Amino acid sequence: MDQPKNPLLDTQEADTGKKPTTDQEREPTLGRFSRRSFLAQLGAAGVAATASPLAHATETEAPEKESPPRVPGAVPVTLNINGKEYRVRLEPRVTLLDALRDHLQLFGTKKGCDHGQCGACTVHVNGRRVNSCLSFAIMHQGDKITTIEGLAQNGQLSPVQQAFLDHDGFQCGYCTPGQIMSATALLHEPIGPDDNAVRAAMSGNICRCGAYNNIVAAVQQARARKTA
Amino acid sequence: MQVFRYSQAHTVDAAVQNAARSGGAFIAGGTTLVDLMKLNVLQPQSVVDINGLPLDRIETLPNGGLRIGALVRNSDLASNQTVQQQYAVLSQALLSGASPQLRNMATTGGNLLQKTRCYYYRDTNYPCNKRQPGSGCAALDGFNRIHAVLGGSDHCVATHPSDMAVAMMALEATVHTRGSKGERTIALDEFYLVPGSTPDRENLLLPGELITHVTLPALASGTRSVYLKLRDRAQYEFALASSAVVINVSGGAVQRARIAFGGVGTKPWRSREAENALEGQPATSETFHRAAEAAMAGAKPLKYNAFKIELAKRALIRTLTETTQSA
Repeated sequence: MDQPKNPLLDTQEADTGKKPTTDQEREPTLGRFSRRSFLAQLGAAGVAATASPLAHATETEAPEKESPPRVPGAVPVTLNINGKEYRVRLEPRVTLLDALRDHLQLFGTKKGCDHGQCGACTVHVNGRRVNSCLSFAIMHQGDKITTIEGLAQNGQLSPVQQAFLDHDGFQCGYCTPGQIMSATALLHEPIGPDDNAVRAAMSGNICRCGAYNNIVAAVQQARARKTA
Repeated sequence: MQVFRYSQAHTVDAAVQNAARSGGAFIAGGTTLVDLMKLNVLQPQSVVDINGLPLDRIETLPNGGLRIGALVRNSDLASNQTVQQQYAVLSQALLSGASPQLRNMATTGGNLLQKTRCYYYRDTNYPCNKRQPGSGCAALDGFNRIHAVLGGSDHCVATHPSDMAVAMMALEATVHTRGSKGERTIALDEFYLVPGSTPDRENLLLPGELITHVTLPALASGTRSVYLKLRDRAQYEFALASSAVVINVSGGAVQRARIAFGGVGTKPWRSREAENALEGQPATSETFHRAAEAAMAGAKPLKYNAFKIELAKRALIRTLTETTQSA
């Protein structure tokens, strides 16, 4: 079943020549009425019943030409995420993490601490891993953003995703998108070969279930197959 | 988070004018600013995005020194070949700080201006003279295990959290700024202020003044340098005590030494006392112990942080031993 349409969201295909991934393709096991769409409908009802908290939003210099804002203080922002252009109206104080989850319906990136301490929100900006909770979305116009939704290609899991499955690199799974985004970036970073180097390089991603040993094994498998 | 006016600056002059006019904060990596804005510790009315400024290069200077743009990311500075070969202490300090994600965001200029991790500064339910001048200091009689033993006052005992700045202190770095009154060049050692009765003033920057570069002097051949950070976890934790050593030994004697500490001072703490105890002396364990005693002679422990004094001494002795062993 289709996700509820976000009235503030205008999605355009970039010139990647690829078809957009449908929700069915992305979440094949969730069936016609998914937990996600159910929660999203609840959320939309909640928003409709709440008065705007943004009455005191100040005027903002928009990087682009303004049309009349639908949310006070919101300005047009264009983001390139996983090869797609998203046009959305955001307040400048909306973090990249909140833009992904609350405005673009890309729920794969998780909010943990919201202060750059847990790593659950890790995404790639221009190929480098960053904490999306500590960056304002409006600062990322023109950047190439990759989220966990952008790793699998043509229905094939990425080598790091497959390695996390092979090694059971998670328990509850909440930290896993951030772990996988960190591990994917790590493959191109100058770090040493041994397990301790991996532990240090993954230290920005906390796993409260304590799946660390399996995560290290998964990362080492992905590194070995990359160099093989 | 309070609402704010956002703008992007494409020239240094525009950034400085905009910030001076609007009383705004500069944003680069955002790792400190966004964090503290979410906590309502910082509430800038205006945020000037400087990521578009051409300040992201590392250049070797004609005199052999290094010029580091304010927007150079911590990870890029740490992995720069010149830095790794000639300023090892700086690369080690950077890699000991924060997480890989944060190092990809955090910048050279921003790291120098990092805010303290004092719990009471970060929590608006508590009095804090740094956050709200005149409101008092909750750390003096609070849980002050992570606080400073050097440079504190009756108004503030918060430590400066940066590792990078400690290495730069030992490297005798210079900060270059641009403000509405023009450019300034400030020795890093003079850039930071101890809290005294005005802990809200942490450095010499004026409102709207922007750090554009940091320069490092060339080091004499044979100089060795190292950074050692001691903390509660092996990774991703702030220093309880750290030591940066930049040293030349010749004929068994210390010719020149530059010593700085992190985690123990209200600013990145250069110790001329330790340097004086080292220079001209034989590079022996006795000398190193005397230098450590001299460095911490003025330390004033609080209820929970007396252990830092011994920790800092041992950090210095270990780094001195490491850097003076024959290669």
